Amino acid sequence: MSIRERLSGNEAVATAIRQINPDVFAMFPITPSTEIPQYVAQYVADGKVDTEFICVESEHSAMSACLGAEAAGVRAVTATSSAGLSYMNEVLYVAGSLRLPVVLAVACRALTGPININHDYSDSFAERDSGFIQLYAENNQEVYDNYLMAHRIAEHPDVRLPLMVCEDGFITSHAIENIELEEDAAVKAFVGEYNPENYLLKKENPLAVGPYGVSAYYMEARVAQAQAMINAKKVILDVAADFEKTFGRKYGFFEAYKMEDAEVAMVIMGSSAGTAKVAVDELRAQGIKAGLVKLRVFRPFPGEELAAVLQNCKAVAVMDKSEGFSACGGPLFAETAGACINLDKRPKMIDIVFGLGGRDFTVDAAKGVFNRLENIVKTGKTGPVYTHMGQRG
Amino acid sequence: MRSAKDINEKIAWQDLTTGCEIYEPGTSRLTKTGEWRSRTPVWIEEKCKQCLLCAPFCPDASIPCKDGKRSEFDYEHCKGCGICIKVCPFDAICWQDEMKDKEGTK
Repeated sequence: MSIRERLSGNEAVATAIRQINPDVFAMFPITPSTEIPQYVAQYVADGKVDTEFICVESEHSAMSACLGAEAAGVRAVTATSSAGLSYMNEVLYVAGSLRLPVVLAVACRALTGPININHDYSDSFAERDSGFIQLYAENNQEVYDNYLMAHRIAEHPDVRLPLMVCEDGFITSHAIENIELEEDAAVKAFVGEYNPENYLLKKENPLAVGPYGVSAYYMEARVAQAQAMINAKKVILDVAADFEKTFGRKYGFFEAYKMEDAEVAMVIMGSSAGTAKVAVDELRAQGIKAGLVKLRVFRPFPGEELAAVLQNCKAVAVMDKSEGFSACGGPLFAETAGACINLDKRPKMIDIVFGLGGRDFTVDAAKGVFNRLENIVKTGKTGPVYTHMGQRG
Repeated sequence: MRSAKDINEKIAWQDLTTGCEIYEPGTSRLTKTGEWRSRTPVWIEEKCKQCLLCAPFCPDASIPCKDGKRSEFDYEHCKGCGICIKVCPFDAICWQDEMKDKEGTK
């Protein structure tokens, strides 16, 4: 039986961690993810978990400690945000290439500067090439559910990749919402034990981790890692199917909201999708065929599937909550447009960079985007492809 | 489980181990790293008192020892750092390219 509760996103992540009882939590605090280690520290003090709680001196060390623990053969997790994630950068790539399934909770927060503690995806998008799987959530329930699926995806023998469970800083991490928790025993049964085939502490079979890869090996190693990310697509769907069977909530690569006959659509991520759905509903009531795609899985990027759901639209706005400074659009736009490039008939597509550093996104703003798309359909002219929204001036 | 001796520069990416892990100890023997060497130390056996100071100082275990005596360098792994030359109290090891300058050596 599910348990009705009211929790913030950080509490939801910490609750999932308590239920999973990982072997190691390496922690270094940073806003807005700090509550996660804070709650876990309390669980450790209260004897609710037997997690080894390691207080390290930096995020670089936190991820390094997780690598050591994972290589030794146990489950290791941590949490961070913003500059903390950037400081992990070097070690994130090591986790990916060593194929160590660390699970990292990220309360997404803007990168400096100007220095800012509020939400956008500049931290997690900057790590899109690190080799981590990235799952995003609209609300607390989705963060909790993604966390329950995380270890099974990351640890699957066909995958063995580290994974980020991303939530929107403050908006999701701190806002308290209704949530359905699952019972401890049901979570433990769903997630299962971690039994890696090989690990450093397996005394019958000594293991070397992270050998030097000269040019004669590096390319092969990278192709193998790329294949693991491709393999992750099937595993993500398989785990989601089992999750739905077990707990009744359905997940895929993305949520296609009123897309069956949509002419104008938005590709959007995270909590903003909730706001945009209200706009879709209001426009639908006026007879406008609006829809949206809320992307849950950014790595691996479900390019083919996304293109298939967008192909019958006439105009699409990609909503980038991160400024990539490419001078021609944000990261989500580049990938979405790239995914659609080989469609025989593809929608006109614009990029809107919005919500940076916690800038508000409203139902009216979302309607404004659909209005622009309607005009593109009416006039047949795309107009400016790369624009910003919500700034003064 | 793939053994280190079967991992070489001819195998396909599908045949690498996950994360390039190596599932057995002592496999550095299989990799001939002696070619990294730019200078070569030479053991002058007649000057050697078998004090064995050189062997533990070698960072690469390239001075084989058996029954309390060292033998010829393992040139397949010696990288020519020269530490053995520095620590030898009897000038029983010197650089090959300095050999002819040394009195009493061949």
